[in-house]
Parts: sequence; C-alpha cells; structure tokens
Amino acid sequence: MRLTSLALTAALALTLTACGGGDDEVAAPSVDKAAEFAAGSRMAEIKTAGKLTVGTKFDQPLFGLKGLSGKPEGFDVEIAKIIGAKLGVEADKIEFVESVSKNREPFLQQKRVDMVIATYTINDKRDKVVDFAGPYFQAGQDILVAKGNPAGITGPESLKGKRTCSVSGSTPAETMVTKYGLVEGGDLKTVDVYTKCRDALKNGQFDAVTTDNVILAGYVDAAPDDFELIGKPFTEEPYGIGIPEGQEDFCDFINTTLTESVEDGSYEKAFKATAGTVIETVPTLPAPRGCDK
Amino acid sequence: MDAVLSNLDVFVRGFTTTVTLTLAAVVGALVLGTVIAAMRVSPVPPLRWAGATYVQLVRNTPLTVVFFLVVFGLPEVDITLSFFVSAVLALSLYTAAFVAEAVRSGVSSVATGQAEASRAVGMTFGQTLRLVVLPQAFANIVPPLASVFIALLKNTSIASAFFVFEGVQSMNQLINANGDAVLAILAAAAVAYLGLALLASALFGLLERAVTVSR
Amino acid sequence: MSMLYDVPGPRARRRVLISSLVGLAVLALLLLVAGQRLADNGQFAYELYEPFLTEPQVYERLADGLRNTLTAAAYALVLASLLGVLLAFGRLSSKPWVRLPATVVVEVFRGLPLLLVIFAIFLAFPLAFGIELSALQALVLGLTLYNGAVIAEIVRAGVLAIPRGQTEAAMAVGLGRGQVLRLVLLPQAVRIMLPSLVSQLVVLLKDTSLGFIIGFSELLRTGGELVQVLDNPIQMYVAVALVYIVLNGSLSLLASYLEGRQRRTGGTVVPAMQIETGMGQAGAPV
Repeated sequence: MRLTSLALTAALALTLTACGGGDDEVAAPSVDKAAEFAAGSRMAEIKTAGKLTVGTKFDQPLFGLKGLSGKPEGFDVEIAKIIGAKLGVEADKIEFVESVSKNREPFLQQKRVDMVIATYTINDKRDKVVDFAGPYFQAGQDILVAKGNPAGITGPESLKGKRTCSVSGSTPAETMVTKYGLVEGGDLKTVDVYTKCRDALKNGQFDAVTTDNVILAGYVDAAPDDFELIGKPFTEEPYGIGIPEGQEDFCDFINTTLTESVEDGSYEKAFKATAGTVIETVPTLPAPRGCDK
Repeated sequence: MDAVLSNLDVFVRGFTTTVTLTLAAVVGALVLGTVIAAMRVSPVPPLRWAGATYVQLVRNTPLTVVFFLVVFGLPEVDITLSFFVSAVLALSLYTAAFVAEAVRSGVSSVATGQAEASRAVGMTFGQTLRLVVLPQAFANIVPPLASVFIALLKNTSIASAFFVFEGVQSMNQLINANGDAVLAILAAAAVAYLGLALLASALFGLLERAVTVSR
Repeated sequence: MSMLYDVPGPRARRRVLISSLVGLAVLALLLLVAGQRLADNGQFAYELYEPFLTEPQVYERLADGLRNTLTAAAYALVLASLLGVLLAFGRLSSKPWVRLPATVVVEVFRGLPLLLVIFAIFLAFPLAFGIELSALQALVLGLTLYNGAVIAEIVRAGVLAIPRGQTEAAMAVGLGRGQVLRLVLLPQAVRIMLPSLVSQLVVLLKDTSLGFIIGFSELLRTGGELVQVLDNPIQMYVAVALVYIVLNGSLSLLASYLEGRQRRTGGTVVPAMQIETGMGQAGAPV
C-alpha cells in the first residue's frame, strides 16, 4: 500500500516537473555581493552602479524570447544572469534591451548596452567595431524546410535559384550571398525577424529558411509536423558576448566567469532549462578566443 | 559617396520595384475605389452599406496591419500569392478606400443638372454614372487623387518589411554592407524618393491642365 | 445624389430587392468558403483563442502597447502642432529668407516616406550628432517632422481661409504683420482647423505603427511579440486591427462632429475629411 502511494506521489511529482518544463524560471544564480574589483575597472563601475544593461534577442526561441510577462527568457538571458551575479547585480536589476541583428554593433558603439548576448556570431567584420568575449556556445548554420522537403533541398549549394529567407544584416544571410551566390532581393529575401520567415515557409511562400541550427531546432521542436531540419551544419558560428571596444579587463573577466560557470554547474543548469529542452547534449564551453584584440 | 555610386545597380533594382509597385497599385486602387464609390451611391442598400463599411474599416486601420493580414492571413484561407502581388493587393485595398472617398466627393460636385438631364433622356443608373457623371467627377478630383497616389508612392516603403525588395530595402542592404557610408546612402534614398514624388506631381499637374482645358 | 436614379417604382423596387438578396447571398457564400478554409487550416482551434480568455497578461501587454502608442502620438501631436504653426508662419512671411527655407522644409518632409524619415533619424542622429535616441524618441521626432509639415499646410490653409477683411481691419488699426498673424488670424484659424487637426491625430495614431520597424513596443509590435509566444497571428492581428478601428473611428466621428458644428455656427471651414491618406499623408488642403 505504502509503496503504491509512494510510487504515485513520485509519478505525480515527475509529471508536474515535466509539465513545468521550459516555462519554469531557472533559479537565479547566487549573487556574489562580496566581489571586489580593481578600482577604475569596468567591473567596479558596474558593481557600483548596481545595474547591468544587456542587449539580447526577443524573438529567438531557446535563446532570447520575450515571454508573456514581457521579460525575455532563454540561454542568452541565463548567461547574462550568471555574469551579472558575479558582478553583484541581482537578476531583476538586469535590464534587457531588445537588440535585433542589425542593432547589435550600433548599440555597443553607442554604449547603449553594457554587453550583447544575442546569438551573436563572432566574425572579423564585427570585430573591427566591437570586442568579443567568449565564445559561450558553438552553433552552425543550417537549413529549415517544410516537412517532407518538397523542394528537395540537399544543402546550401542547392539553394541557388530557390526561394530562401533569412534576416537582414545577419551572418547567415551574408554567407548565402558571399559564399553561395544568392542574390538579395532575388532568390534570397530578408526580413526583420526569423518568425516571419518561418511563417512564410509554412505557407509555402519560401522553400527554405537559413540561420543558426539552434534557432531552427527550436522551430522544429515547436511544430514538428510543419518543419524539418536538413541537419548538416555548414558553417561554424561561435556565439560571443559583445562588449564595446577598449574594455579588455571586462573581456577577461567574462571569460573567467564562463569557465567558472562550467565548474560550478551553472552553465549546465542554464542550458538544460532553455536550449537543452531541444538539444540533448550539454555542449562543452568552447575555448576563449582571447581578449587581446 | 563611393558606396552609393558603385552600388547604383542595387538602388536601381530597388527603386524600379518601387515604381512598378506604385503603378500596379494605382491601377488596383482606381478600379477598386471606383467600384466602391459606385456602390456607395447606388440604389441598392446592402451595396451602399457594404461600401460605407469597407471605407470606415480600412481608413481607420494602419497600412501595416493591412499588410500583415494580407501577407500572413490570406494563406490561411488558402490564397497564397507572391510577395509582390501581396504588396500590390495590400496597397490597393488600403488606397482604394481613399480613392472611393475622393470619387464620391467628385460625384457630388458634378452639377445635379447633369444627372437630371441623363435621367430625363432615359439613362439607367449605370449609364448615368458611366457616361456622364464619372468622367466629370474624375476631372474634378485630379488634385486630391494626386495626393492619394503620391501618398501611395511613399507607402510602398512599407512593403520593405514584408519581403519586397523595393527602395527602402535596397537602402537597408547597402547600409548593412557599408556601415561607414550610412549618411550618404540615406541621402541618396531620400533624393530618389523626392525625385519620384516631384515627377509624379509634375505628371499630375500636366494631367490637371489637360483636363481643365477640355472642360 | 439621388439624382442618379429616380425614386424607385414597383419594378425598380423589385430589381433592387433581387439585387440586394443576390448581393447578400454572394457575401454569405464568400464568408462560408472563407470560414471553411480557415477551419481546415485549424484557425478555429480553441488554443488560438484561449489566451484571450484565460491570460490576463495578454490584455496587460496589449494595454501597455496601446499606452505606448498613445504616448508617442500625444508627444508627436503637440510637437508637430508647434512646429506646424512655426513653419506656417514661415511660409506666410513676407521675408523671402524666411519663406524659402520654410517652404523647402515643408515640401521635403511631405515628399519623403515617413518610414524613411524614421529610419534616417534612428540611424543618422547618433552618427551626426553623437546623441543616442531611444526608439520612442526617434519615432516621435520622425512623426513630428513629418506631421509638422502637414500641419503647416493645414494651418496655412486655415489662415488663408479667414476673410481678408480681418487682416485689412487689423492693419488699419495699426497692427504689424506679425501681430496680425499672431493676435487676429491664428486664434480664428485654430478654430477653423480643429476638425482637420483631429483627423491628423487619426493619421498620427496609424503612423505610430511604423514604430514596430525600429523596435518600439507600440500596439502592433506588442501584438507581434505576443504572437511569437502564442503563435496565433491571425487572431492577434485582427484583435489589434479592431482596437485601431475603434480608436480611430471614434476620433473620426469627433472630427465630423466638430466640422458639422462649425458649419452650423457659420464661418469658414477647412474640411476635416479632405483626403487624409495616412501612413505618409501627401494631402494638401484644397
């Protein structure tokens, strides 16, 4: 009897946690109020100010998606909270600002945000105007098609002449133009958010949507009867943490924080609660690219 | 400045689409708007009601919302159009409401004696409208129609957010690729639009003069 | 208007009745077909409508969006009115070095798409002046410049519509040109222009929806954000459209009422329903 009711309670508890799933707020990482930083360093500035402004996406499932409450949720958000905690900033004192793809550099250049964690691929062109800490995640560009792959897409080379959608100013869009010869306004059309691409793909108005595989995996996960992933990433997209130029101390600090977060398990916890609902294996933290740029 | 000159082909591609969008939507709006105006002055009450409702609904809705409903809503009723056609449709539907109002005011500005004479001669409602009233109405409303269509030219810029590669999108593409020449590219786009608007104004001015002389 | 057709006799009445019924039948058929297709595409699934019934946060967010819309519109209306009056005075000035720049400013901003103006401000302002602008500020500034030019034309038409006798009498009494404008013409012009200004507010409200392109969380964009979580685009955009229609419809009624009142109390009127086309109005007051 007791065993049955015990088993029943366990089953009930498991079901409840399963239902909670991705909507649960991750328990915020413990804030390090005692952290001390060298006077004049960027970290000391932030700690004294007691608040952090982070640019993130508001429309990427799993990484930065504005929930019903109006606050963004996702892996990028959790990383920001981890860094904020190490700076003594509470999770609710972090201000998240929407940074669509093409605003990420301007926001950093104008110092409108302290850092940008927004599925922000590190590349040389961007590196000229901003600095990158991390990377904290390695993605790859992939292709999303309608279920059943009616257009018979096999890879990026087969996209020429077909109808592809991506986001204006993003790395994936640029790659399609520079490396695979698509023409913007012709076989490649761009728009401001990926969800418009996705909806249009569902309506048959496009043959393919291309961007980083994690974002696409999120769409497949939400609607597995409508979409499928080609599943062969053809680029390497290291997601970095963008910071304004000239803050090398901040860059070093962030890299250290990332390493520590893997050690104390907060990285895994953050991933499992967000992108981990779709991607089975917790990735290893990529090696930092170095802050001496 | 170099960024503009060396990428002139991109601008040309974009603004050609702007022009074709405008022309197509002008035709669509004229046709639809005239039909709606005819409905509003017709003797059939449901038609009058339908026309009035259409105008009220569309005038009070932002064009962006109309675009959303056409581009993302029509596929849900199994009508999937190319993005260009969707844009033309959205622009036509929106502008038609204003054309209808202009035509209606044009119709009421035609001397009642004209309509009376047509009735006296035995013409039906349709004939009166088609042969006597509408031609004169249109002649009266060239200036307001000019405003409506120049606004339409400018409204094509909204299609840039809905997958159409027109002027603003071509400008955006160049800005993304040449972050250091933003001001020059913006200025070039502004000049292009102003040029097109001036050209349209001039054309309508000619049209108005032609119409006034013949009256 | 009813000169277009005679008072219907019995045959005409029958024809009208038949065409009415046919018209209604066609409409019903279209709705049926559309409804059928919507249903086939799962657009009547309860889960698409459930958030509207069970989630108060949806309404909170939409209310926030609406509040942002109204805020932007309010700021823009006030600033645009001020700018409009200034530009109108400029255009009415007798000094060419004031008149020409004012004319250029008005014509330029009336000829540019509002979207381009907003983009330009959002992108170029920080580069040219080193000041960063929030999306709200950029939107309000763009709306102000644009609608300022339009209002300038409305004010100018209003002032020009005042009987010349007023100006002549004022000058006979010894008022200078500037004083005439300020003390005699403008107050009367404002009363005349009121219906037009209310119509312009409708245009402003619609134009705030362009803020979604620069990331300003006004009503339309908030709807879009909710769609990303709830995945019910059609339902959400129809709801958003309804809000706009109700809001703008009421304002349009107000404008008509004001215009009607003015016609009744005599005096000149600048028509409110001159073709305000919104989303970049190019309508010049006749």
